[in-house]
Amino acid sequence: MSTLQAPYPSWSPSPPVDQVGVEERVARLSARSIKKGSKVTALKLALSMIDLTTLEGSDSVGKVRQLCDKAKHVHDALPDLPHVAAVCVYPTLVRTAKEALAGSGIRVAAVATAFPSGQADRETKLRDTRFAIDEGADEIDMVISRGEFLEGNFGYVYDEIAAIKAVCDRAQLKVILETGELGTLDRVREASDLALAAGADFIKTSTGKIQPAATPPVALVMMEALRDFHLRTGQKRGLKPAGGIRAAKQAVQYLVMLRETLGDEWLTPERFRIGASTLTNDIVMQIAKETEGVYQSNDYFSQA
Amino acid sequence: MSVVSVERKSAPEPAWTYAPAPESADPGIRKRYGLFVNGEFVAPADGKYRTIVNPANEQPLCKVAEGSAADVDRAVKAARQAYTRVWSKMPARERGKYVFRIARLLQERSREFAAAESKNGGKPIRESRDTDIPLAIAHFFYYAGWADKLDFAFPGMRAKPLGVCGQVIPWNFPLLMAAWKLAPALATGNTCVLKPAETTPVTALKLAEIIQMADLPPGVVNIVPGGRPTGQAVVEHPGVDKIAFTGSTAVGKWIMKALAGSSKRYTLELGGKAANIIFEDAAIDQAVEGIINAIFFNQGHVCCAGSRLLVQEGVAGSLIEKLQSRMNHLIVGDPLDKNTDVGAINSKEQLEKIDRYLVIGQEEGATMWQSECPLPQHGYYVRPTLFTNVSQSHRIAQEEIFGPVLAIQTFRTAEEAITKANNTPYGLSGGVWTDKGAKIFKVTRSLKAGVIWANTFNKFDPSSPFGGYKESGMGREGGWHGLAPYVRLERV
Repeated sequence: MSTLQAPYPSWSPSPPVDQVGVEERVARLSARSIKKGSKVTALKLALSMIDLTTLEGSDSVGKVRQLCDKAKHVHDALPDLPHVAAVCVYPTLVRTAKEALAGSGIRVAAVATAFPSGQADRETKLRDTRFAIDEGADEIDMVISRGEFLEGNFGYVYDEIAAIKAVCDRAQLKVILETGELGTLDRVREASDLALAAGADFIKTSTGKIQPAATPPVALVMMEALRDFHLRTGQKRGLKPAGGIRAAKQAVQYLVMLRETLGDEWLTPERFRIGASTLTNDIVMQIAKETEGVYQSNDYFSQA
Repeated sequence: MSVVSVERKSAPEPAWTYAPAPESADPGIRKRYGLFVNGEFVAPADGKYRTIVNPANEQPLCKVAEGSAADVDRAVKAARQAYTRVWSKMPARERGKYVFRIARLLQERSREFAAAESKNGGKPIRESRDTDIPLAIAHFFYYAGWADKLDFAFPGMRAKPLGVCGQVIPWNFPLLMAAWKLAPALATGNTCVLKPAETTPVTALKLAEIIQMADLPPGVVNIVPGGRPTGQAVVEHPGVDKIAFTGSTAVGKWIMKALAGSSKRYTLELGGKAANIIFEDAAIDQAVEGIINAIFFNQGHVCCAGSRLLVQEGVAGSLIEKLQSRMNHLIVGDPLDKNTDVGAINSKEQLEKIDRYLVIGQEEGATMWQSECPLPQHGYYVRPTLFTNVSQSHRIAQEEIFGPVLAIQTFRTAEEAITKANNTPYGLSGGVWTDKGAKIFKVTRSLKAGVIWANTFNKFDPSSPFGGYKESGMGREGGWHGLAPYVRLERV
């Protein structure tokens, strides 16, 4: 535990968040009717933003290779499909993923800092991160110390993020807030502001190990934090909702929210990612339906 | 690893717009409508029909009979006959059943009514589908429930109907205003002559079809469309016992003069220039959304619209920046597209009035900013607009524009906000945004307005009374309060 050292995140506190208002806004955005060509565009865009993820204790070299092949060959029967943005694995499997994805343009993200609980000392977390970077990770998905944050030790969390950022070198840093453990949208907003101030390239909702994981209200509040950060500093940082996004329709709703909160400049894998695994096939299924006019069963889409 | 290399496109172009998503329901609008008198559609006495225009494309929609004084007289006589012979004698329980039946039939055809409302009035289908029609139905259900419980509404008293009610309604919420007027009148045992607005009679006449289907005794509800002379005939008719009017303050004043010395009762819902007050401790992003709902709901054609924004100086700069960014995402266009946020201005006259105020605002020295959205080539449209550097002395801060135009002023203390908010001849509604509960009570208690929302805006419910202070009107509609203007109380 340390005392507050840096001015976090500025001298003005985060604005309060009204949950009722957020839910109303989300309901309204979710009611957007996305049809035909605009639907296909959205689905392809969503596909290109996926961080295809496997984070199980049972992950093996074989499993990760399978996943990487899926990342490269999402559904070769359909032409013009983009590849996913990244494959997300544990640090020990970064090298495997890196080799499997060589030359594909798909990035490798590693969860680090004692994922998913974050219950470890600073040095362990830094070592974990350095290891992932040395193995070749292009992106680091770190978790914040939620216990410290909930105790009000914002300085500790700020320093933690800043320290990890310092060892990230050229790797992109995504900071997982684990919003399902934060309790209120006010805290989601505070944690978002804090992470952005400390140097997060992306703020990410969840580890996927805690329910609820990503929800539209949480994502909207984080988008508002990103928009305000942009208005204040001119910098465009990214968002990654992760966990619980399984249906193509949900993904499109997130894109609607993104477009109408942050604007067209965020509609790119450089600023928006979706952490998911089963979502990929649902998107492909929907795109296939738009071209072929009928739905095919799961057996026509490769599982990874 | 044996990976077959396939050429792949990189991510698609970021530019992504929504494809058109038109409402497919058939609005069921006839080519020609007569007057609805004594349970049937009849031709007007002098054979005059008005062409109703779709404001979204300026194309004719249908022809509607123009009621003359003679037609109003016929309708009032039918209403009187229905009142004395049937409706006033019917047990309240039976009366209530008819009103319930109207509500249910309307519910069954709500999609069709929503499409018709948007086509005639220019409001986005999202609003007619999610607000106008469901609320109209809710009003019929709510007042139907009161019909046989009036003894409990006024304990120790007997509530007697007044007789024939003349009801004149505006063009901004055509079906909803008809429901606000008809539902309490019918539930309390009165009969009605309703005059819809000259530009928006379609859903009222479709409601006449519902009334026929509901088998309401002929003459209980009569609908006489027309312009101002028709309304004047309703107000001045000696056979009318009560006038209920929603519309402009100018006409409201005329009605008060016309009724002076008569025994007619009246309720008036008139204009407004509501202050929406944002304190710096508010949930700013949700307040921005509230400001959008307050002024751009129904193109700002809302008497209780939050047309004056009062922002505390500490957050004014960033709030206006966010508001502009939000306004740039408003979709203005085809009212029947499910994604449209702001539809068409109701009529050419209203469009010209709004445009005049845009000029006045700039001439007075305020700074105008408009959203960058594209507008359709045909039809009556205005870009969502805001004015900054507005003073209390400017006309755009004092007069009701009735369009998507927001006048923004700043304040330093709660006292200054209250003074500015109350410094208007109107007093219909208001809004207060703060994270502090105590401040909500302190400020709202000092505001002279009939309806005040805290951390939200433009929320309506049939059980909640609605009405204004000062030049915003007399009497209340909705809730228990809305029964009182339609009954005469006698001690049991």
